[in-house]
Amino acid sequence: MTGTKKGCDHGQCGSCTVIAGGRRINSCLSLALVHQGDTVTTIEGLAHGDQLHPVQTAFLEHDGYQCGYCTPGQIMSAVALLDEVRKGQPSQVTPELRKAGPVELTPDEIKERMSGNLCRCGAYPGIVAAVQQAYGQTQS
Amino acid sequence: MSAAAIGEPLTRVDGRAKVTGAAKYAAEFEVPHAAHAVMVTSTVASGRITRMDTTAAERSPGVVTIMTPANAPRLPNNGRAAVNPPAGRVLQLLQDAEVHYNNQPIAVVVAETLNQALLAAALIDVRYQSTPPKLDFQAGFPAAHVGKNKIPSMLSEGDVAQGFAAAEVTVEQIYTTPKQNHNPMEPHGTIASWDGELLTLHDATQYIFGVKQTVAKTLGIPEDNVRVLCPYTGGGFGSKGSTWSHVVLAAMAAKVAKRPVKLVLERPQMFGPVGGRPETYQHIVLGAKRDGTLTAIRHDCYSHVSTVEDFVEPSSSQTRMLYAAPVITTSQKLVSLNVGTPTFQRAPGEATGTFALEIAMDELAVALNMDPVALRLKNYAEADPTSHKPFSSKHLRECYEQGAGRFGWSKRNPAPRSHREGNLLIGYGMATATYPANRSESQAAVRFEPNGRVTVLSGTQDLGTGTYTIMAQVAAAKLGLPITLVDAKLGDTRQPQGPVSGGSQTAASVTPAVQAAAEQAVLKLVTLEISNPGSPFYGALPEELDFKEGKLLRRSAPASGIPFTEIVGRNGGAAVEAKASAKPSQDVEEYSQHSWGAVFAEVAVDESLGMPHVRRLTAVYDVGTLLNEKTGKSQLIGGLVWAQSLALEEETHIDPTTGRPVNNNLAEYHMPVNLDIGALDVSALGTPDKNFEPLGGRGIGEIGITGASAAIANAIYHATGKRFRDAPITPDKLLA
Ligand code: FES
Ligand code: FES
Repeated sequence: MTGTKKGCDHGQCGSCTVIAGGRRINSCLSLALVHQGDTVTTIEGLAHGDQLHPVQTAFLEHDGYQCGYCTPGQIMSAVALLDEVRKGQPSQVTPELRKAGPVELTPDEIKERMSGNLCRCGAYPGIVAAVQQAYGQTQS
Repeated sequence: MSAAAIGEPLTRVDGRAKVTGAAKYAAEFEVPHAAHAVMVTSTVASGRITRMDTTAAERSPGVVTIMTPANAPRLPNNGRAAVNPPAGRVLQLLQDAEVHYNNQPIAVVVAETLNQALLAAALIDVRYQSTPPKLDFQAGFPAAHVGKNKIPSMLSEGDVAQGFAAAEVTVEQIYTTPKQNHNPMEPHGTIASWDGELLTLHDATQYIFGVKQTVAKTLGIPEDNVRVLCPYTGGGFGSKGSTWSHVVLAAMAAKVAKRPVKLVLERPQMFGPVGGRPETYQHIVLGAKRDGTLTAIRHDCYSHVSTVEDFVEPSSSQTRMLYAAPVITTSQKLVSLNVGTPTFQRAPGEATGTFALEIAMDELAVALNMDPVALRLKNYAEADPTSHKPFSSKHLRECYEQGAGRFGWSKRNPAPRSHREGNLLIGYGMATATYPANRSESQAAVRFEPNGRVTVLSGTQDLGTGTYTIMAQVAAAKLGLPITLVDAKLGDTRQPQGPVSGGSQTAASVTPAVQAAAEQAVLKLVTLEISNPGSPFYGALPEELDFKEGKLLRRSAPASGIPFTEIVGRNGGAAVEAKASAKPSQDVEEYSQHSWGAVFAEVAVDESLGMPHVRRLTAVYDVGTLLNEKTGKSQLIGGLVWAQSLALEEETHIDPTTGRPVNNNLAEYHMPVNLDIGALDVSALGTPDKNFEPLGGRGIGEIGITGASAAIANAIYHATGKRFRDAPITPDKLLA
């Protein structure tokens, strides 16, 4: 499988992001051994056959990429992000840390939580719009 | 589904492959029995290798071969540059023991696995005889030389002394921009495999035909023996426009190892061996009358080069055409340093040149107590002020007007430090953007397939620029088909030859060829039908027939249409294909061809922390027809992100003693992350430039980085009252 990308090999770019044991990680910094028994989801595992994951569809619709090299990492981060805000995990820009329940997904929350994924093509506005759309669609 | 239209914001045809991880980049192809190669690079900046001990490395597990200057295959002409830039460069191919810069390729280790190759590479013991490297840019000014470039090194228009004597107000300043590296997210990489005398390269490139030619010539083999493949390029920005050393080294290593070899650069190896933007030092003098009329402009530039090859960063180029001054004098000089050769990096020249010129114009506006937009309108060039040619098309005035309106420029209090929100100082700034419109010869083919689909092919590249999509879109629009029926193919030197994806020229070069090929393919259908007794169109004249919505029909009886699949069937079921070539007509020489834009920035500066934040950018461009509004805007947005990076973040630091790139990684080489980017309001006028190319579209890949960095710097001046002339404007400078 070559969907997961290597941009730096040093945990600096996020291109290699996968979801392991329910959390997003930079796979270049992780040994397979550490994830013995974990479920690991890569970009190849998001769609169900022809049915794309809502985050994938949103990236298409909002042109949340250009060259596509950072994209698998961006999408894996975005998928994990949706789960994190639902679980109420705060970020550096969350205004109210003690409030229980889901974090309000403001544009700054999205930007901060996506800032571990570099995009040299500068597709950031499309990425933010895509996360917003996917969040709206998957809220229940 | 309805027929595709030019300009429609269609989703990328290669999008699904990109969001599912199916898109294969050069180093991801599975080539059976491929060994892994790593490049070893020098740790001194100047001198020669006296000894390279590979004994321990050779004994290391899994090692297949080690290629050093002592045993590397000898190349014709000592591996000297056989092809001109952009494709061909002066390379380091282990033909001698000289070291010209720190991080220069000096050996290649090939092993069964990547880790084995890395381990063995670390075991090579290299001894050097070092000579003091030349690393001080400004110390080199007295010995600076004049390089070869399409822009003559010293030009003046009008009487310079008289022009400045006529000025009532003068602004004279020095502006600088630092060394930068492109850092596309996909590292450069090559897989080389030989089948007898035939060489196949999977290469991360912006120019497959350039790689083919350069590698063949450098190795001294027929060009027809080389095939280059690159269906996806993970960003390039100029660094993948040339064929650098590692590409040829991979081919050499595969020959020696007698098996395919995969060589991918490590991120730190992308600081030097694959080019970068040179440092610039720009002296600008503007002379004007009290009413703002420019009387003279001087723009003298220094930039650095390596000791092996010249490259001019033509920062003065826009100064020669942007404002209508009677006197314009510019120069370009080069300083040789022991660093990797600089190269084309997104808008070479205009990116750094507009940073300087457009801050200088802001300084002049301040000196004249004049609105910066009004100053630019006062000096609006109706024709090119130095070539004296008319512009192919110019609607910059509308860009200023619409941009100012959308941004709310009229609300700006011109006094610096006049807008404060608590700790934050808020400023508005603006600047002009411009980039030349380039186009070159290109070929394409269009094929009517028996299954009812249409294939469009051109041996060009898609670096995220949307080439796949606009090829399919233009072909579909031309044939009156929905884009879903068209397959675009590119990135293979077996396809009709396409141009380098550089200088923002791919779309303007390839799409006319696509249109021409579509016309030729239809003509083939017509020719087949009118000469076939089995056809309802037998005996018709070609001009009586037309092709619409995938059907051939009689103009006089539109309902007579028959689908092309029927024609393909009558033709024995073989696809009907035509190839065509298109190049700029002679007439374009009569025009000065450029794109235009106006950029407005709002920046907030935290006074106590010195942190600048670009809250919003409004940019309005005149880039001719946008072929696809969605992908086109993404290109412009990407350019703006780069401009912000140039203004506030990016800089390659070279150790002044060792010449080593210090911040040679993605943590310390700062470029914008998502949270750095504010609200971007980007629009294009969409006025076609038919004097330039048939669809009226000019390139859009580079203009976004021009001007906007100065707009940000000017907004910082307006916010803080402090003028910054050295990019990047980092917090330490803001606090000083
Ligand atoms: S490759 Fe893992 S973070 Fe860059
Ligand atoms: S899409 Fe090219 S790096 Fe993000």
